[in-house]
Amino acid sequence: MRNGILALGAILAGTLAFSAHADAASEHTVKVYNTYCVQCHGVKRNGSGINVPALSVKPRDHTDAKGMGDLPDTEIFSAIKEGGLAVNKSALMPAWGEVLSDADITDLVRYLREVCKCGPSK
Amino acid sequence: MMRIVLTSLLGAGMLVLGHAAAGADGADVLKSQCSACHALTPPAEATLDRLWERKAPDLYYAGVKFNRDWLVGWLQAPTRIRPAGYPYFKDVVPTDKGDDVDAAKLGDHPRLSASDAGAAADALMALKPDGVVEAGLYKNEAPNLRMGEMAFVKLRGCSACHAGKNGEGGRSGPALTDAGKRLQPDFIASYIKQPQKIDPHVWMPASKVTDQDIQRLTGYIVQLGGEKK
Repeated sequence: MRNGILALGAILAGTLAFSAHADAASEHTVKVYNTYCVQCHGVKRNGSGINVPALSVKPRDHTDAKGMGDLPDTEIFSAIKEGGLAVNKSALMPAWGEVLSDADITDLVRYLREVCKCGPSK
Repeated sequence: MMRIVLTSLLGAGMLVLGHAAAGADGADVLKSQCSACHALTPPAEATLDRLWERKAPDLYYAGVKFNRDWLVGWLQAPTRIRPAGYPYFKDVVPTDKGDDVDAAKLGDHPRLSASDAGAAADALMALKPDGVVEAGLYKNEAPNLRMGEMAFVKLRGCSACHAGKNGEGGRSGPALTDAGKRLQPDFIASYIKQPQKIDPHVWMPASKVTDQDIQRLTGYIVQLGGEKK
């Protein structure tokens, strides 16, 4: 019985921890997006940033549930860390791996799922 | 006799006045005119939050960044270097046609008198902390300008954020249209190599550029504005 309660407690604690993890992106992650990504992906996150007139390829619309939903998390992570070329996309998406930590990038991937309101492709 | 004394006194007075006008104290000018917005000493903590609080670019390494002649001229007749203000992300607003710059948020840079500009330029050029730029990084070995332009516009994507030749290019970074007049070659090369080493957390990506890229790009940027170095 005691073990049962402990196990239940552990499951509950795990669920709570998961919920906290899945909560809205931290202020820091939003600030990271607003510092680095907004210049091309735009204030509305829809690929309409201030630099777009100078780009030969339109940046990805992060609010596009279909387009974003087709991408696995690992591909988004690679695109941010290693740049567009690493995922057979445009060189105009730079590699941010020298600027952002892996933890920052993981948080950004999670934040992008909030923005697109879509899950990763399976 | 009295007249001679008076003339001498007047002459001495004018000399004193003349000296005051010509010899504006650079440190005083920096303190009174620049320090409210620009950091003149290294920040205690170079965090992302600081980037958001900053009103203007850091100047504590101005002596390894700028060309003195450009500073003297620009401080007397400043023009906009950063099309989207500084930092860009505080001045952009969404519109139906995509993001644009909120012109109401852009302020004009103060204009200095000739003597203050000269004194300020001298004081700024004395700000040369070690370890900010890599001296001698730009080798100036007849870089291939055509390849430099191709790297700037296409291969390395610099023009996505920076205006280059004829003012063509993106707006989140400073315009480089006259960068050859404004910036020292080793600063340009060092910034391309590791932007965050000079300006922590800055929004320019640190691409893994080769030395060949650094030489070509710097060679190309240095001649923008008509200056050959």
